[in-house]
Amino acid sequence: MEKLSFEISKEVKFRGISIVSVVVLVIIWAIVTHFEWVDPYFIPKPLEVWSSFVVLLSEGYKGASLFTHIANSMYRLFTALFLAFITAVPLGLLCGYSKYIRAIFDPIIEFYRPLPPLAYYALLVLWLGIENESKIALLFLSGFAPLFIATAAAVEKLPADRMNASLSLGATKRQLFQYIILPSCYPDILTGLRTSIGVTYATLVAAEMVAATNGIGWMVLDASRYLRSDIVFVGIILMGIIAIGLDSLLRFYQARRFSWVGK
Amino acid sequence: MAITNRVPFEDKDFEQEQKRKIIEVKNISFQYSSQQQAVLQNIDLHLHSNEFVCVLGPSGCGKSSLLNIIAGFQKPTTGEVQIEGKHYSKPISEIGVVFQHHNLFPWMKIKENVGFGLKMKGHSKEEIEKQVHHFLQLVQLESAGDLLPHQLSGGMKQRAAIARTLAADPKAILMDEPFSSLDALTKENMQHHLLLLWSETKKTIFFITHDVDEALRLGTRILVMQPNPGKIAIDMANPLKRNNPAAVDFHHKEFQELRSYLIGAIKTS
Repeated sequence: MEKLSFEISKEVKFRGISIVSVVVLVIIWAIVTHFEWVDPYFIPKPLEVWSSFVVLLSEGYKGASLFTHIANSMYRLFTALFLAFITAVPLGLLCGYSKYIRAIFDPIIEFYRPLPPLAYYALLVLWLGIENESKIALLFLSGFAPLFIATAAAVEKLPADRMNASLSLGATKRQLFQYIILPSCYPDILTGLRTSIGVTYATLVAAEMVAATNGIGWMVLDASRYLRSDIVFVGIILMGIIAIGLDSLLRFYQARRFSWVGK
Repeated sequence: MAITNRVPFEDKDFEQEQKRKIIEVKNISFQYSSQQQAVLQNIDLHLHSNEFVCVLGPSGCGKSSLLNIIAGFQKPTTGEVQIEGKHYSKPISEIGVVFQHHNLFPWMKIKENVGFGLKMKGHSKEEIEKQVHHFLQLVQLESAGDLLPHQLSGGMKQRAAIARTLAADPKAILMDEPFSSLDALTKENMQHHLLLLWSETKKTIFFITHDVDEALRLGTRILVMQPNPGKIAIDMANPLKRNNPAAVDFHHKEFQELRSYLIGAIKTS
């Protein structure tokens, strides 16, 4: 118990340091802009950013509410992630199981994975148009690879003794998969999903900057054309907060559900 | 728990029981294709009901390979293994295995681990619960049922692993140095537990160890294996177990003699 309370107090201490760090950054920002050491066109004042945010909340941006922009982006993100999840996980499991199947898919995935998504985005737009389809396809491709690789690696690193133990306890091949292999892989699949969300999110903003008429990424790019750096700031801060929020949710789930990992 | 007072079976029954073969290892050889030297060569071995067989030998003598073949984890290069006359070549629930590392499924509660074998065989929830309770009691882990494996100490984990194997009701249990990673006190405690379990459940046990004292304390029969190629050099009944299989007097002169004899046999190999 003593050790636990010690760990908590340490945790609180680090959290405190992080908060102080953010506050200091905002103060520096306020000072720099207050004395106009930098052109206000480049860096708006914190208060201006806040009031732009309030205006955006009530009036929206270019015909759509701020919420709609965010919702459009999230719709693209989650549709793509969902599609990636239901394809990458089964295929990853299969490829982890059989080296032959892996040999079929490996060259394709290894080839496109390191490509910058925007390189093949041109093709996708050509094929699917500038609406949601091309964006979702792009996000799907960027989210697919990390999830696939994490799942296949999880199957490959399964301890042989664990599988032998369950077979000796009378598990059939099917039961082995359902009760041992799948649960053994869950934590790594979730870690893969976190990576995949990160990559997809980065791609999303880029995709909306190339061809879009709504979405949070588009809003930032469009605002920059009119030198509205205050709106750009609002957009960037919102994107950051959403990303941190999504990842903390998954981390929280991971910590609760998979407390046994690595022990 | 006065185990010294227990005599699980009479000498005469002991002799009769001895005759029933559970596992037959028939002329097993095992060799890695990349190596010249065979790991095991022409091993013949019968394991009988109610026998506690301890296997000693230096590392590299093939004792773990032999266990893996009997468990069905590894296929022999030649020869075959049979259980009660039936050939098998993959893991089967009639043969339980306790590993050096506990190998509990880390995401399952202890009671789920112990009930795993019964669940795989499709027993009802109530039946599983009853059995799990019984086996947890047997290894004195009643209060740990709802914990996850990583919340248990080393000795408790190994006891849970033994309960999991017992609950699946195998005819024979193979153990690969199951206590070697435990501290001396826990180890002695575990040996005591295991003897008790063995005399209660009457399972055939095949127990690999590198500890001569452990072999003499536990085994009714002791094998010594020698390497290059792996073979069984000594196969003897443990005379210290003749009268009272549950207790061995470490200070007895016979014990000391046997001990030096076995250590000598392991060293010369």
